[in-house]
Amino acid sequence: MSTTTPPPSEVSLRRGDVVRLWPEGLDGLIGVLRDMGYDVKGPTVRDGAIVPGRLDGAHDLPVGWRDEQSPGRYAVHWANDELAFSWAVGPGSWKAEFFPAAQVQWHAERHGDTYRFNESVESLRPLAIVGARPCELAALDVLDRVLRDGALPDPRYVARRDGAFVVVVECARPASTCFCSSMGAGPGIEGGFDLALTELSDADGHRYLVRIGSERGALAIARVDHEQGLDVDRAARVIQLDASVVGMTRQLETDGLAELLVRNQENPRWLDVAERCLSCANCTLVCPTCFCSDVHDTTDVTGAVTRNRTWSSCFDLDHSFLHGGPVRASSSSRYRQWMTHKLSTWWDQFDTSGCVGCGRCITWCPVGIDITDEAKAIGRSDRALAVGRSR
Amino acid sequence: MTPDTRDSRPTLAVWKFASCDGCQLSLLDCEDELLALAGAVRIAHFTEMSRTSLPGPYDISLVEGSITTPDDALRIQEVRASSRHLVTIGACATAGGVQGLRNFAASGEYAGLVYAHPEYLRTLDTSTPISAHVKVDFELHGCPIDRGQLLEVLTAFLAGRRPVVPGHSVCQECKSRGTVCLVVRDATSCLGPVTRSGCGALCPSLGRGCFGCFGPSDSANTASLSRQLAEHGASDLELARLFRTFNANAPEFLHQSVALGAASPGRDRTTSESGAGS
Repeated sequence: MSTTTPPPSEVSLRRGDVVRLWPEGLDGLIGVLRDMGYDVKGPTVRDGAIVPGRLDGAHDLPVGWRDEQSPGRYAVHWANDELAFSWAVGPGSWKAEFFPAAQVQWHAERHGDTYRFNESVESLRPLAIVGARPCELAALDVLDRVLRDGALPDPRYVARRDGAFVVVVECARPASTCFCSSMGAGPGIEGGFDLALTELSDADGHRYLVRIGSERGALAIARVDHEQGLDVDRAARVIQLDASVVGMTRQLETDGLAELLVRNQENPRWLDVAERCLSCANCTLVCPTCFCSDVHDTTDVTGAVTRNRTWSSCFDLDHSFLHGGPVRASSSSRYRQWMTHKLSTWWDQFDTSGCVGCGRCITWCPVGIDITDEAKAIGRSDRALAVGRSR
Repeated sequence: MTPDTRDSRPTLAVWKFASCDGCQLSLLDCEDELLALAGAVRIAHFTEMSRTSLPGPYDISLVEGSITTPDDALRIQEVRASSRHLVTIGACATAGGVQGLRNFAASGEYAGLVYAHPEYLRTLDTSTPISAHVKVDFELHGCPIDRGQLLEVLTAFLAGRRPVVPGHSVCQECKSRGTVCLVVRDATSCLGPVTRSGCGALCPSLGRGCFGCFGPSDSANTASLSRQLAEHGASDLELARLFRTFNANAPEFLHQSVALGAASPGRDRTTSESGAGS
């Protein structure tokens, strides 16, 4: 099948080129990335879910697996076919690679009357992600604005993020909880990747359309058996993406949403959702853009001090604790804070929505609270109140 | 034994009330840190470690167990009076423990089942947390407590800082360690969303729903979780039993188990002292 491929050394590929990769080529790509010095990670099946894990080869990918998602429910099942990317995002996100759940900021040892500080940033092999979804890249773009591109970049985030190689795979089978098309974050993707794959399977066989998004992406593909990209594959990609959009039944109306939430801070719907909300923080921890953390110092009996940063959540009572008590003591105020920040005031702060429509907060809420439903309910209530006011 | 007056180390005392000793043994489980800790404090009273008992006052008292006898109700007053800081450890001391199930039974009902001659017992009808009797400076939850959290509390009190012991849910520990949610994946009856963290999500990481050993988290919505678990097929009886274990008398768990139809506390008696067999 690779008879049309010239020897890799003679290939001259560059950014913007399109090639065709057979499944063996994907396996080869993982090997090449490893040879290039990357720590290669991607989606794997573990503990009954599709979650980030280490890839030794294409066999570690969720080949033949499907997922079923609905508010508060998740399952995977074995479909016994060749498709490696026929599923939507699971509970883990790539946020954890760049912004780990727990991280030491500095450590200080006592020497007599003085302290000796160590605040070095750990040196890691650069990460290559094979199989990030478009919404996950959109989420990393949001995180970049918060942790890298602002006035005070986080050196640990920057060290992990810069140099990371990203192979994105477009979505052909969105879950019922997905709404990335509403947020402009998928199911297709046009930039921000090193390589973008579209998995195709039809009369022409099981193959990948590969778009090259960077020079290093071109270098990696050049070392793998590949063929020239064909118009038939480009056409198949467009049809597949159109079908994905049509298949995405959940939507979030974003027109006027930021203003809607800001003018509804006293809406009774917040009390309704608080009846259901567990304040367990699952939504914020599975969210690929939630970046809140807690920084605290601990001492040991020798007097050594460690400053730790851990994931935190606006649903924690401690999160808004100032002198005297928490500012947001009620669940309604905490849910309102989370949703209003995510969908409204994030724009003021970072010039983007904080939501990419991945649907994780819907699936992984143990009681299935649906952010799109809550937005709709606030909208309905707002219209009813407006009618009441105009009378 | 006469205390060494030149020793300026703060003193630590460990006290036992109605309990299984598991929590105070967590201190001995701190094997790697035990020598350093013993260097930083003078262990003045700890009967699981030494028969030596130095007189008070004590800088820090760790109190394990609940109050179940009239004698203990007096003894805890003495412990409080001789302690600068009093820290309760474990579900017995913070919520009355599993023996607090007696609070829902008729007077002497359980003693009659366990003891051949319950008339020799002199107990209270209730098992109550230490905080129901004396002022408590810090409560460390768990059944048993986590030794890492115990060390954190001790080092925090020694340094005069606030202990880093979060009151958020077990879910945060599952998510931090990458454990897939059992409620969402398997419809498992898991108390994690309403239970205080600290165990490192031990049970969920092994595929078992959370038992609620650490008691309610600091904003537990037990009613909503119960509705969801009932939708997943759990009966009211199963759910009531889930809330009625080690922290059955913690207010949030107590209210929910009663709402699910379990017996209310103190049905047919007062909480006054009585012979268990009467």
